[in-house]
Amino acid sequence: MDAIILQILNGLDKGSAYALIALGLTLIFGTLGVVNFAHGALFMIGAFCAVTLSKLLNASYTTIDETKTDFLGNPLKVETPYVMDWFGPEAGAAIIDWSVPLAILFAIPIMILIGVIMERGLIKHFYARPHADQILVTFGLAIVLQEIIKYYFGANPIPTPAPDAFTGSFDFGQLIGFEANQIIYPYWRLVYFAFAAVVIGAVFAFLQFTTFGMVVRAGMSDRETVELLGININRRFTIMFGIAAAVAGLAGVMYVPINPPNYHMGMDFLVLSFVVVVVGGMGSLPGAVFAGFLLGILESFASMGAVIDVLPGINQIIIYLVAIVILLTRPRGLMGRKGVMEE
Amino acid sequence: MSKSNLTRRGVLKTGTLAGAGLAVPTIFTSRAHAFTNEPTGGTVTLGFNVPQTGPYADEGADELRAYELAVEHLNGGGDGGMLNTFSSDALEGAGILGNKVEYVTGDTQTKSDAARASAKSMIEKDGAIMITGGSSSGVAVAVQALCQEAGVIFMSGLTHSNDTTGKDKRANGFRHFFNSYMSGAALAPVLEANYGSDRKAYHLTADYNWGYTTEEAIVSSTEAMGWETVNTVKTPLTQTDFSSYIAPVLQSGADVLVLNHYGGNMVNSLTNAVQFGLRDKMVNGKQFEIVVPLYSRLMARGAGENVKGIFGSTNWHWSLTDAGSKAFVKSFGEKYGFPPSQAAHTCYVQTLLYADAVQRAGSFEPCAVVEALEDFEFDGLGNGPTLYRAEDHQCFKDVLVVKGKENPQSEFDLLEIVEKTPVEQVTYAPDHPQFSGGSLGTCNNGG
Amino acid sequence: MLGLGKKDTLLLGIVAVLTILAPFIFNPFPVNSAMAQFNAGYPDLLQRFVIFGIFAIGYNLLFGLTGYLSFGHAAFLGVGSYAAVWMFKLLSMNVIPAIALSVLTAGLFAVLIGYISLRRSGIYFAILTLAFAQMTYALAYSVLTPITGGETGLQLALSDPRILDGAASAEGNLPVPGLFGLEMRDSVQLAVGDWLFTFSAGYYFSGLVMLLAFYLAIRIFRSPFGMMLRAIKSNQQRVNYTGLNARPYTLAAFVISGMYAGLAGGLMAAMDPLAGAERMYWTASGEVVLMTILGGVGTLIGPVLGAGLIKYMENIVSKINSDILHGWFAFMPDGLEDFIVSIIYPFIGKGWHLTLGIIFMLVVIFLPGGLVEGGQRIARLLRRRKSDKDEDAGQAKTEAAE
Repeated sequence: MDAIILQILNGLDKGSAYALIALGLTLIFGTLGVVNFAHGALFMIGAFCAVTLSKLLNASYTTIDETKTDFLGNPLKVETPYVMDWFGPEAGAAIIDWSVPLAILFAIPIMILIGVIMERGLIKHFYARPHADQILVTFGLAIVLQEIIKYYFGANPIPTPAPDAFTGSFDFGQLIGFEANQIIYPYWRLVYFAFAAVVIGAVFAFLQFTTFGMVVRAGMSDRETVELLGININRRFTIMFGIAAAVAGLAGVMYVPINPPNYHMGMDFLVLSFVVVVVGGMGSLPGAVFAGFLLGILESFASMGAVIDVLPGINQIIIYLVAIVILLTRPRGLMGRKGVMEE
Repeated sequence: MSKSNLTRRGVLKTGTLAGAGLAVPTIFTSRAHAFTNEPTGGTVTLGFNVPQTGPYADEGADELRAYELAVEHLNGGGDGGMLNTFSSDALEGAGILGNKVEYVTGDTQTKSDAARASAKSMIEKDGAIMITGGSSSGVAVAVQALCQEAGVIFMSGLTHSNDTTGKDKRANGFRHFFNSYMSGAALAPVLEANYGSDRKAYHLTADYNWGYTTEEAIVSSTEAMGWETVNTVKTPLTQTDFSSYIAPVLQSGADVLVLNHYGGNMVNSLTNAVQFGLRDKMVNGKQFEIVVPLYSRLMARGAGENVKGIFGSTNWHWSLTDAGSKAFVKSFGEKYGFPPSQAAHTCYVQTLLYADAVQRAGSFEPCAVVEALEDFEFDGLGNGPTLYRAEDHQCFKDVLVVKGKENPQSEFDLLEIVEKTPVEQVTYAPDHPQFSGGSLGTCNNGG
Repeated sequence: MLGLGKKDTLLLGIVAVLTILAPFIFNPFPVNSAMAQFNAGYPDLLQRFVIFGIFAIGYNLLFGLTGYLSFGHAAFLGVGSYAAVWMFKLLSMNVIPAIALSVLTAGLFAVLIGYISLRRSGIYFAILTLAFAQMTYALAYSVLTPITGGETGLQLALSDPRILDGAASAEGNLPVPGLFGLEMRDSVQLAVGDWLFTFSAGYYFSGLVMLLAFYLAIRIFRSPFGMMLRAIKSNQQRVNYTGLNARPYTLAAFVISGMYAGLAGGLMAAMDPLAGAERMYWTASGEVVLMTILGGVGTLIGPVLGAGLIKYMENIVSKINSDILHGWFAFMPDGLEDFIVSIIYPFIGKGWHLTLGIIFMLVVIFLPGGLVEGGQRIARLLRRRKSDKDEDAGQAKTEAAE
């Protein structure tokens, strides 16, 4: 029982990342009809927004400490972050410590800007082109973005920890009557789950309860009629692209303390998030979110020792196996509409 | 089949059929060469095949730096580095056998196919006489087999799997790096001294060959000192989030977690394990501990704070204070501004060992080089007295047990040496069960 | 000739001549010149050109004709290589049975995957094929290690039985794949002045196979079966309304294309007897899609050009390092030399992926029809210069199908 509760927690946590990325992908696909292979790269750039902010906050000046020596025997260079100088050592250290949450504020404008530039500068020209062309050009863009990040940050992962207040883990089991140490869960992962829930809720509320969102939804189901009504749907779609980029970026920012980011983390998620989107049903926002959590939970269950012992290798293939079964029993995924991307 | 009309590019035996078909023998080059890519024109070309793209690109970049440094020293440039401390004084900084050393580079992408393609182009197109490098055992085994077929020498870079000099060993291939068995044999006594002999271990193992051999080595050496293995779970190579593998560890009643992971897998699994607060827990009345059998500085840097106090093993570390290590750290550090990694060290040493063997043999002929390297004993290259064993072409030397440093002084000062495990303790018989199967075959001159 | 139209015969002839002369064409620079870096005429790369050419031609038979975007074709290539290496291990080092078995195995595998995946279309089909390929890759890398060799790949060993060859390995070295005594790695070299050309048995064998594969592809393109597939691509519903069942046709196309992939895999193993799981990873499947689109979807020669370009980048551009750059620009004053090198450096060597990504984007933005369209535009431009006549749109369209 405790093992199962634990894996459900794991699944929800993994599912949050899948759902956030898939949500953004579906927003882009649903509004603009574009298959965006650079979406994983946007997730990665979000993560590197956090890394960049943490590096900026750590920007230091160098003093030479004659009492110590470095590996070559020269006097040791001691680096002091400017922030510590400006705000005093304690406040400065606190700001550095909170760099990841602060990066959310930093990342939102940057990601929206990147999204809008991408849409206006490149994607716009591909609306009328076949999906294969869209895939190729966005894949090319993904490689270019990835290589630029690699050029500046190297290929090695860069540790960027969560604030001290969120390190360590929470004994979830004791809360619901288990013994100590049976169900423990890291604070930051709980934060990530809560954050994902808020972002997903916000996106849905925005689409559901604002006029802007209403028009966008109308445009998603019948673009021509909305345009005939004299509404500039293109501009709204551009903004939606920016929002989708921001959702992916935020997913990346908050993911940084879970696993140290590297330049190819986007590619690691790309294929998986496409599977999630398709299993959820192309173009369906609730489908994407639901499928994200479903696959996250199934993946967690498949990695339990007891399951692997019965079916060796099941943890390697579970996601794909589930995708095949679902697509064969439900032709358009869980919540897909007829006629979308079936040619 | 005639072996007469081959050039320095003639990796391949002359086909009589194709030769007859073209029927213009007079313009075919007819310089007789005894072996593949025999150097001509006063230069010799070495092939440095390292990962330049993909997750190990930084490690590859460090290997490449070491190779460039080695070439510089071989040609008499710089301060000579380890040439001054090497016990063999055949090399004089005048190239190899008077030939100026040149090199070509390639990208393995850490894929065996790409690595072989790159090595082949070095052999077929650039006339490389020796291939070296790599950052994974899959690549090392694949390229080693290729070099055997083509008739050139392979000096492996970073490869830790037992198989490289075990079931997949080849006569033309040599490994200076240590292996899974040695990690287990070196770690076990240190673990016993620090954590006691009554421990329950839980293994997470990367689900591929290197993971299997490492798990086997650690399990057998820790069980020999009284530890119990509670469970071993395989994790997919492509896994990035290890939460669902880490979470059940505490429930199993284990009090030690062994992470048989390397590279990105290790960085993430260790980060996740620390995240779950495993190291703050008391299990069975003991502090919960984590062990990482194979450490590298780049991985330690990726895992950041999480490595503090965690035991592992490594082939070499720049904080060693013997004359060889100091000379190498000095020339590397002065050229590049930071200390070398263990990957850089093993690659540098392999290049020197190859050059020295050629010099002593008096010939670039692969079989002569093999003979010069087999059972060669040397010192002054950073690991103390070392033997290149003839039976399996594996180096036997001291192994370092290291621990993540609590108070690092710089971003490179991440590991501290806990113990230098003497070579006797990590030596095994050539027919040890963990290395069984396969045979060296005979050396191949190609050509 | 050979049942081909005049234009097709000409195309086949050109491809045949290019294939035969490739060792010259790809080695335009003298051995010791600075430009020798760009020579691609060595056996391994030439073999890769034609083998990936076969792979892409086969992929195009599915994607170009039926429009079904398979994202898991690398699985067939991988299965084909495993089959061939097992044949080398168990039966004989002769390449004929090995390649025959790899085509057959890949074909059977394609029947199975195609039968299931073709129940869906569009992106759902793409994801189904991707899922099968990823499962094959993941299992081959891990739990199937006893059959596939896992991480280190499936290799020959001295202790293999090789029933037909017997004790071929007496000298302690592994035997080499061959064709009735002609070893695949045999080669002869021709030195003309400073130039050096290598003619490899393996290359000409693969080249011959590619020509056969190419010929077969032309016949399929021009056959009623090919017409049927194109009908399915343009409007599957209408095909269904006429009372025809499209499934058997698409399945046939899928299987044929899977067999092409198996053939490529078998040839790869014949040139270099090692089969690794990475060649089935999704990026490998993505690569053949990119080759096809880059060259020109639905054209005969396009996929081969795309395959050549990508493999050239991978093998040539990745080998240029800063030393070589400094060598090229050594004639410049020091400051300028460093400046130029620092500008070019991010795009070569370890930055070859960046260059590849930029090329993808440029080609797809400016040449929607791939490299073939680029060639056509240049040809049209030249022709227009010659005779000031306008091209009629109809002719351009028929050309696009080549």
